[in-house]
Amino acid sequence: MEGGFNKHHLLGIRELLPSEIEFILNTADAMKEISFRDIKKVPTLRGKTVITFFYEPSTRTRTSFEIAAKRLSADTINISASTSSLVKGESLLDTARNLQAMQPDILIIRHPHAGAPHFLAKHINTAVINAGDGMHEHPTQALLDAMSIKEKKGTIEGLEIAIIGDITHSRVARSDILLFTKLRAKVRVAGPPTLIPPYIENLGAKVCPCIEDALEGADVVIALRVQRERLKQVLFPDLREYAIRFGLNKKRLALTKKDAVLMHPGPVNWGVELDPEVMDLERTIILNQVTNGVAVRMAILVLVAG
Amino acid sequence: MKLIIKSGRVIDPTQNRDEIGDILIENGVIKEIGQNIPAEGAEIIDAQNKIVCPGLIDVHVHLREPGFEYKETIETGVKAAVAGGFTAVCCMANTNPVNDNQEITRYIFKKAKELCLARVYPIGAVSKGLEGKELAPIGELKEAGVIALSDDGNPIYDSGFLRRALEYAKYFNLPIISHAEDKGLAPDGVINEGLMSTSLGLPGIPAVAEEIMVFRDIKLAELTGWHVHIAHVSCAGSVELIRQAKAKGIRVTAETCPHYFTLTEEAVKDFNTNAKVSPPLRTATDVKAVRKGLKDGTIDVIATDHAPHHPLEKETTFEDAPSGLIGLETSLPISLKLVEEGFLTWSELINKMSCYPAKIFNLDGGSLKPGSVADVTIIDPEVSYRIDVNQFYSKGRNCPFHGWEVKGKVAMTIVGGQVVYREN
Repeated sequence: MEGGFNKHHLLGIRELLPSEIEFILNTADAMKEISFRDIKKVPTLRGKTVITFFYEPSTRTRTSFEIAAKRLSADTINISASTSSLVKGESLLDTARNLQAMQPDILIIRHPHAGAPHFLAKHINTAVINAGDGMHEHPTQALLDAMSIKEKKGTIEGLEIAIIGDITHSRVARSDILLFTKLRAKVRVAGPPTLIPPYIENLGAKVCPCIEDALEGADVVIALRVQRERLKQVLFPDLREYAIRFGLNKKRLALTKKDAVLMHPGPVNWGVELDPEVMDLERTIILNQVTNGVAVRMAILVLVAG
Repeated sequence: MKLIIKSGRVIDPTQNRDEIGDILIENGVIKEIGQNIPAEGAEIIDAQNKIVCPGLIDVHVHLREPGFEYKETIETGVKAAVAGGFTAVCCMANTNPVNDNQEITRYIFKKAKELCLARVYPIGAVSKGLEGKELAPIGELKEAGVIALSDDGNPIYDSGFLRRALEYAKYFNLPIISHAEDKGLAPDGVINEGLMSTSLGLPGIPAVAEEIMVFRDIKLAELTGWHVHIAHVSCAGSVELIRQAKAKGIRVTAETCPHYFTLTEEAVKDFNTNAKVSPPLRTATDVKAVRKGLKDGTIDVIATDHAPHHPLEKETTFEDAPSGLIGLETSLPISLKLVEEGFLTWSELINKMSCYPAKIFNLDGGSLKPGSVADVTIIDPEVSYRIDVNQFYSKGRNCPFHGWEVKGKVAMTIVGGQVVYREN
């Protein structure tokens, strides 16, 4: 296949060429079928050791990576911040060097600080996969978003993609914007102005003054999670006002193209960024995203191990 | 004890002097300056093809002792200073314990005097424990020898407190050095708010966080009639505010650092923690404005804000890494780029790195006039080399200029008539 993927790590979408993204997506397409077999296991990564190292809570991403690794026959070990020596004050560098000394093949890391995977990649030889770093990137989420869109739309190129909500604190938004623009879609963002970061246009997104403008004629709508832990700040008055002013419901979604799809990286605050009335619409493909997440992560594991 | 520096290009802005000549030093003071001074009985230093100027003075360094000796000690700090051409440094109060009492001030003096290298002038805390709540014993600090007051690192948030501090410090003739930053605008900020912060997903600090406090400090200087020195000016808005204040005759002076007129926020790409500094590196527009401020006299002083950290402290994520970079051993060659580019003259640069610091903080040195202390820096302006942090005397390695090609090297540093550093 043209291009291929020759990187040792997956740190972010920024580092990827459009051809590499396409290659990963095609590999993921091929992987997807494995999850629908009776015996969901192939020997591809037999004898490989995969560590998931999560400094932040996660259900979906962590389980998804673990399932992906297991379906490829890798041995998986899970470490979380609360059960690791981090609580004894061990530094990130020391922890990584010690893990490396046990010869794992792949280290999947989620960390509250931007650049943590990049830091590890500088210091250890093990392949590093970024499972979300602070507000910076979440590349496998963007890849599974792209896979889910392609399944419904056939292509990414030329689509109008609206991302709604807290852009400032969202690593998903950053990776999505980078990926979609690399594949020549048009990205619009909207949300409370307190949650739109400066210079986001330079990443390739157009800022719409109101969410209705962003939704108008969109092919894809991605709602972002309201990060409740940030409510103590003064970014918006309360959840009720957020739901009324910025939440997505049937009425607002009627502004999009008829066949537009609705996505969300999860976990959803139903009744805040999404009205429960949209949960079971045909256009709502949130669970497809989760299914595709396993396929994308299988593809990434195979490619970085290769 | 006589020393004669022969045939150097002697540049002393305090005498409007820039010509080939000799300097005779006797008993630690400048005895004579002129042509063909007889050399009998004196040690001769050949300064042919070299610049001879008043010793460089850095009014903003962190020597880390007492309390953080693993980052730097007074000894390693002043060794770095003399190797960088500095004959005197002023050290900030954020040690542990804080320099908010005479014991610490005297301890620093004692350590520095034992070394007999660069002069060390302690800066006292404005507030006890740098907490911005209670005044430090300013009279006691003055008596122990501090040359200024600052809560550097902890911006003074309470305007009423700073007002009283200025009024009180005026009585003791101690300027207050302000780290101007409104933390409320960026409680978690680690880099300039802008393209890089958005792109890297790092919490930003907008330039207005500095500008608002610069404006406040200027107004308080005006109200109290006392001298505020703005530390490490990083952005265009601050330069403009200081320019206006000076035009109105308000008692304000300002410094910037080599990194603020050389680097932009681009330097933090790839999460380079050695470019994490407070205030943060800004944009090309700001760099241009800071340079203009240097040229037109709005910014009086080039200081370094030399802030050593242990290499392991910087070996972590950007958000976890401490702020600060070292500058004593790179300040001169990086600043000389302004001369090389024709942006500043040699005299202008020496003013900002020696004469004005001495004048503003009422320090010895900063002049080669007969009778002045014999603090002299001799520079070889033609030597090109590559900056290598592994060659530094400082314990710090947190230098964003590692690997840079530079021109101009310190050949010799003389303090009180003693050669304290000689390039081998």
